[in-house]
Amino acid sequence: MKSLLILGAGTSGTMMANHLVSKLPKKEWKITIIDQHKTHYYQPGFLFLPFDIYTTKQIKKNGKKFIPKKVNYIQEKIELIKPKENKVILGNGDVLNYDVLIVATGTDIAPEETEGMSGPEWHKSIFDFYTYKGAKALRNKLRDWQGGKLVVHITEMPIKCPVAPLEFAFLADSYFKHKGIRDKIDITFVTPLDGAFTKPKATEALHYLLEEKDIKEVTDFNIERIDYENNKIIDYADIEVAYDLLVTVPTNMGDSLIQRSGMGDDLNYIPTNKSTLQTKDYENIFAIGDATNLPASKAGSVAHFEAEILTENILRFIKGEPLKEEFDGHANCFIETGEGKALLIDFNYNQEPVKGTFPFPGVGPLKLLEESRTNHMGKMAFRWIYWNMLIKGIHIPFVSATMSKQGKQLDEA
Amino acid sequence: MKKIIANKEIDVNEEGYLVDFSQWDKEVSECIAGECNIVMTDKHWEVIEYLQDKHHKEEALSIRGIKKSGVINIKEFYNLFPGGPLKKSTLIAGIPKPKSCI
Repeated sequence: MKSLLILGAGTSGTMMANHLVSKLPKKEWKITIIDQHKTHYYQPGFLFLPFDIYTTKQIKKNGKKFIPKKVNYIQEKIELIKPKENKVILGNGDVLNYDVLIVATGTDIAPEETEGMSGPEWHKSIFDFYTYKGAKALRNKLRDWQGGKLVVHITEMPIKCPVAPLEFAFLADSYFKHKGIRDKIDITFVTPLDGAFTKPKATEALHYLLEEKDIKEVTDFNIERIDYENNKIIDYADIEVAYDLLVTVPTNMGDSLIQRSGMGDDLNYIPTNKSTLQTKDYENIFAIGDATNLPASKAGSVAHFEAEILTENILRFIKGEPLKEEFDGHANCFIETGEGKALLIDFNYNQEPVKGTFPFPGVGPLKLLEESRTNHMGKMAFRWIYWNMLIKGIHIPFVSATMSKQGKQLDEA
Repeated sequence: MKKIIANKEIDVNEEGYLVDFSQWDKEVSECIAGECNIVMTDKHWEVIEYLQDKHHKEEALSIRGIKKSGVINIKEFYNLFPGGPLKKSTLIAGIPKPKSCI
């Protein structure tokens, strides 16, 4: 019996278990998935939890529910990958051998990378919303907050869901308007990039949102430290931004397992072929989702499209056939803009987000790079799609794994 | 769009970044640097080469990367390319600026 191991039962790992269980020959292959955590979170919900739009119950479920019964599920810490010996060592000392390994260990925040961030003010006046704990603590803080300077901040790129901080600023504007205290709050968006929007078409189409919502922008800000005693963030050029409430996206890093196993870059992401998803150093190890170093967005939709292509490549690999160089960096993301509206963007490695209609050319019903209520309904419906289709590996109708140019307003060459 | 840089017709985007790295050379670089009021020194070139190497390996450029590069420390990087060092150094290096997805 041959062994296929999946490390991590988050969005990517769970999808791969569901895809492969029906496709790998049962008599020859045993599939095992390992994760230290019991709970599966709907991570896009972390954006909504602070504003009481979603409840905690709506965004967490028992992870085991989504793992097919024919897949061996182990809830245990993963201590080490020994890629040269084809072995994985678990926290309890068990050693698992594999023929094929899929690494889906994701990314996490690393607030300790910035001086003053994870100190005594962590989750008191300095918050993240990229973890369940952080989003929930921030919800409790916002419920009582009377106003002041709200700073929404990105520490450094790359981060999971690069648009989430901007969505947070938009939703905060709506939230405080509805509470009737928007005039007591000053919202500033601070980014290491050269704008809240960094691509020409998006900047042109969307910059009005910042003006309309009175969100100030501080750009090219590379944080050096947080002076938590005096409530300010300070960058390498000694620029200071004062805050009363700091909502930051800390440095994102891959799992420390990758570092322990000597398989990652300096952010613990695994060097991976961007078209095939095979790791660059080991031919029987594949990586998917946030764990890779792909120059694609770290997002659930990317993982979903990758999963369809990786499934095919795993089947090709075990048959000794050449891998398909098919993944194009396709991402498809809703962006909440507040007041019951949202944007949708659809793009890949080479194509920046443009205006158009999705998924049906000329028809929609969703609009690309334009605010609409239908887009917002799409985002809200997505939670159901996630729990009931996406992580179960069910193909989303009319949405292909690679990006379609149809329905997009592209410049003529 | 096209721009004349160092007497050569170069393809650039709306913000002046080169879109075809094969059109880059040191003269083009010096000319762009001049527009940013930067006079290139050996240290500048060392940084430019490091950035181009990272770009060709498709590795993300960040201030952290600079810190760990062994080429230069962050304060020096700011001194060499004042006012948005990554934005300016990538412009001069003929590679895309660090971006988000929108």
